[in-house]
Amino acid sequence: MPNQPILEHLWIIPLLPLLGGAINGLFGTKWPNKIVNTVALSATGLSFLAAVEAVREFITYVAPTGQIFRKEFFDWIFTGASAGNFRIGFDLQMDQLTVVMVLVVTGVGFLIHIYATGYMAHEGGYYRFFSYLNLFMFFMLILVLAANYVLLFVGWEGVGLASYLLIGFYFLKKSASDAGKKAFIVNRIGDFGFMLGMFLLFRTFHTLDFSQLFHQVATQDWPHEGWGVFGTFTVAGLLLFTGACGKSAQLPLYVWLPDAMEGPTPVSALIHAATMVTAGVYVVARSHILFQHSETALVVVAIVGCATAFFAATIGLVQTDIKKVLAYSTVSQLGYMFLACGVGAFSAGIFHLMTHAFFKALLFLAAGSVIHAMGGEQDMLRMGGLRKSIKYTFATMFIATLAIAGIPPLAGFFSKDSILLSAYSIPGGHPLYFVGLLTALLTALYMFRLVFLTFWGKPRYDEHHVHVHESPWSMLGPLVVLAVLSVVGGWLAAPALWGGKDYFTEFLAPVFGSGEAAGAAAAIDEAAAHSLEIALAIVAVLTAALGIAVAYWLYLRQPKKPAELAKSLQPVYRTLYNKYWVDELYAATVVRPLVWISDHVLWKIVDVEAIDGTVNGIAHGATAIGDRVRHTQSGNTRSYAAWVVVGALVVIVIVFWPTLRPMIGMVTK
Amino acid sequence: MVPTQYYLVLSAILFGLGVAAFVFRRNVITIFMSIELMLNAVNLSFVAFSQSMPATNAHKLDGQLFVLFVIVVAAAEAAVGLGIIILTARNRQSLNVERVDLLKL
Amino acid sequence: MSAPLIIFFVLAALAVIGAVSLILQKHPIHSALSLIVVMVALAGLYLLMGAEFVAAVQIIVYGGAIMVLFVLVIMLLNAGEEERTDFSKLAKFGGLPLALALTGLLAAAMVRHGSSIPNLETPGALAPTGQLSTLLFTTFVYPFELTSFLILVAIMGALVLAQREKS
Repeated sequence: MPNQPILEHLWIIPLLPLLGGAINGLFGTKWPNKIVNTVALSATGLSFLAAVEAVREFITYVAPTGQIFRKEFFDWIFTGASAGNFRIGFDLQMDQLTVVMVLVVTGVGFLIHIYATGYMAHEGGYYRFFSYLNLFMFFMLILVLAANYVLLFVGWEGVGLASYLLIGFYFLKKSASDAGKKAFIVNRIGDFGFMLGMFLLFRTFHTLDFSQLFHQVATQDWPHEGWGVFGTFTVAGLLLFTGACGKSAQLPLYVWLPDAMEGPTPVSALIHAATMVTAGVYVVARSHILFQHSETALVVVAIVGCATAFFAATIGLVQTDIKKVLAYSTVSQLGYMFLACGVGAFSAGIFHLMTHAFFKALLFLAAGSVIHAMGGEQDMLRMGGLRKSIKYTFATMFIATLAIAGIPPLAGFFSKDSILLSAYSIPGGHPLYFVGLLTALLTALYMFRLVFLTFWGKPRYDEHHVHVHESPWSMLGPLVVLAVLSVVGGWLAAPALWGGKDYFTEFLAPVFGSGEAAGAAAAIDEAAAHSLEIALAIVAVLTAALGIAVAYWLYLRQPKKPAELAKSLQPVYRTLYNKYWVDELYAATVVRPLVWISDHVLWKIVDVEAIDGTVNGIAHGATAIGDRVRHTQSGNTRSYAAWVVVGALVVIVIVFWPTLRPMIGMVTK
Repeated sequence: MVPTQYYLVLSAILFGLGVAAFVFRRNVITIFMSIELMLNAVNLSFVAFSQSMPATNAHKLDGQLFVLFVIVVAAAEAAVGLGIIILTARNRQSLNVERVDLLKL
Repeated sequence: MSAPLIIFFVLAALAVIGAVSLILQKHPIHSALSLIVVMVALAGLYLLMGAEFVAAVQIIVYGGAIMVLFVLVIMLLNAGEEERTDFSKLAKFGGLPLALALTGLLAAAMVRHGSSIPNLETPGALAPTGQLSTLLFTTFVYPFELTSFLILVAIMGALVLAQREKS
C-alpha cells in the first residue's frame, strides 16, 4: 500500500519513546535538565505526531474497506509442525479501538511529559524520571498496538514494571519503596490469572492471535454459555478479568492504587489515572467477543465493577489527603467502565475511558499544581481559600470537577450517562442502575468536598510559612489543554441526545459490532427509547446537583457539621476512614502467613538445612573420606608391596572369573 | 614322561613363594632377589608351554626365545636396580626397606 | 614311575626348598645362595624339557653374572642380618593370607585345567640351537636390537649412578 508510510512502519510509534528512555537512561546522568527535556519531549511528541498520522492513514485508506490493519514484523516464538506450527510474532494492528487508545495514550502522555518538566524541575534523579516515563510509554504503546495476547502481555508486564519503578521513584523513602513493591506484587496476582486465561485460550483455539482467535469464535459454532454454566468462555473470561482486576484496581485487588500515590504527581496522573489502569478495560473490550459468549462472565464483570465503584466512592468521602481522594475516585470510575462492559455497552466503557483520561489527568495535574503551590502540603484540612491565590489552577480544576460530577455539557456527563442508560436497559439491570446512580451522587459529593475544602473558606494554613504561588506555564499549559478537552471531549456522542447520531459509538461499531445489541435500544422501540434517554439524563443531572448541594451545605454553609456528623456516626466514619480495614485484613490473612512460611519453612528448613546441609554435607563427606583414605599413602614400601599383591589378586579374579567360579563351588562343598 | 601340568603347578608355587618373600622380607636386596625368583618361575612356565607344542608348530620355539629376552631384561634391571640400592643404602645408612619412607603424606 | 618323573620331582623339591629357604633365612647372603640353588634346579628342569640352550644361558647369565652381582653388592654394603621392624600392619597381618591366596588360586587353576595342555610326544627331544638362532635373527631381530639398546641404556644408567658427587 503506497500511501501508508507510517502504518507500514507502525513500530515507530512505540520505538520513539523507547529510544528516548534509553538515551536518557544511559547518558542523561550528567546532562542538564534542558537536554533531558529535549530528548524526552521530542520522543513523546514525535510519537504523538506519528500516531496522529497513522490514524489519519487508517481512517483514509483502511477503514473504508471494513478491515483492520495488521502487520507482522518478525517472528518471536515459533514452533515446527510437530507442535502445531504455533507462531507468536511482533505483530501490530490498528483498528478503531486502537485509534482511540493510541491517541489517548500518546496525547495525554505528551501533555503530562510537558507538565512534568515543570513539576520535577527541582527534583533529584531528573533524567531517571524521564527515562522511566518514556519506558512506560513504550510498553503502554506495545500493549495497545499488539495484535496477539502474548505481545499484549509483554506490554502489560512492562507497564507494571514501569509503574513499580516510578511509584518507588523516591526509593530512599520506605513508604514509597513499599508502595512500589505492593503494586508489583498485587499486579502479579492478577497477572497469574491472566496467564491462566491465555493458556486456556491457547488450548481451546490453538492460537493467541486476535484476528485468528476472534475469527474462529465468530465463524465456528461455539455455544452461548448461560448463567451458571462454567464453560471455556466463562472460565477464560473470568481469568482474563482477574488480570484486569489487578491492573485496573478493582475489588479485591485495588489495594495498591491508593498506596501508589507515593509516586510523583505526574506519575499518578499518567499511569494511575489515564493509561495503565485502563489497560484492564482495554483487554476486556478487546476480548468482548469472548465475554459475549458467556453470561456468567459478563454478570461478574458488571457486578464487580458496580460494587467497586460504590465501595471506592464511600472511602473517598472521608479521606483528607488530596491525592488519596483522587485515587479512590479513579478506582470508582474504573468500576463504571467495567460496569459498562459488563452490561454489553463496550463502546460506552471506552468512551468513559477517554473522557476519564482527560478529566482525571487534569485533576491530578491540578492537584499537583496545588501541592506545588503549597510547598509540598497534601492534606486538604490544611488548605483553604486558594481560589484567589492560584487562579488558573483553580479554574482548570473546577472544570474537571464539573466534568467528573457529570454536569452537562462537559465530557463526563455524556459518558457516565450512556453507561447508566445501558445498565438500566438490560434485563435485571435496575439494581446496577440504582447503585451506579448512588455512586454518581457520592462522586459529585466528594469531588466538590475536595474543591470546597481546598479552594474556598478561610486559609487554614500559616500564611507566613507557606508562600502560595502559581505554577509556571510549563505546568499550566497542559492544564488548560486538558480543561478544553474535558469540556469538548464528550461532544462526539452528544448529538444522540436530541435524536442525532452517536458518532463515537458509530466509530467503534466495526469493532464491537452487533454485540451491542445487548445495549440500549434493542428491546424498546425508537421513540420510547429516546424519551427514556432524556428522562434518565435529567435524573442523572439532578443527582449530581443534589451531591453538589450537599457538599456546599456541609463544607461551606456549616463547616462544623462534618465533624459533628463524624462524631455521631462514629463507627461508620471510622470504618470509612480506615478504608474498611482491607489492608489490615490482607496483611493478617495473606501477608503474615506467607512471611511466616518464608521465614520458618523456606529459610530455616529448606535453605539452611536441606540445601546448605546437602552442599556442606557433600564437602564434609569428601573431607571425611579423604581423611580415611590418606592413610594408605604411608610411605611404607612393604605396605605398598602388600597393596600391589592385593591388586594383582583382584585382577586375577576378575580376568579368570569363568575359570574360578566352578572351583569355588568345589571348594565350599 | 612328565606332564606339562606338573611344570605349571611348580611354576605357580615358585611364583607364590616369590610373592611371599616380596611381602615378608625387609632387606631391600632380598626383596630384589625375590623379584628374580618370580621371573624365574615365569620363565619355567614359558619353557613348559614351548615344549608342550608339537614339533610341527611354527611357534614352538617362541617360548624359549622369550625366556632369553626375559633373562636379558632381568640382567639389565638387576644392574641398574643394584646401583640404585647402593646409592640409597649410602644415603639412609640402612638396608631396611621400611626406613625408606620419605614419600608419606 | 619313569626316570624323568623321578628326576622332575627331585629337581622340583630342590627348587621349592631353595625358595622357602630364601624366605626364611635371616642373612641376605644365605638368601642369595638359596636363590642360586633354585636357579640351578631350574636349569636342570630346562634340560629335562629339552631346552638346552636356555639351560646354558640360565647358568651362565643368571647364575654366573646376576647372582654374582648380587653377592658382590651384599659384600660391598656389608649387609648384616635384618633388623626386625613392623611398620606396616597390612604386610604383617595380611601378607601370609595374600600370598597363600595368590599361590592357591594360580595353582588351583593349573591343577584344574592344566591337564588339557598337551604333553611332549617324544620326551627328551632336544631343541636345535641352530633353529633358535635363525629365529632370533630373522623373526625376532627387532626385539633383539631393542634389548641390546636396553642393555646400553642400563650400562649408561649404572655409570651415571656410580659417579661420585662433584665436590
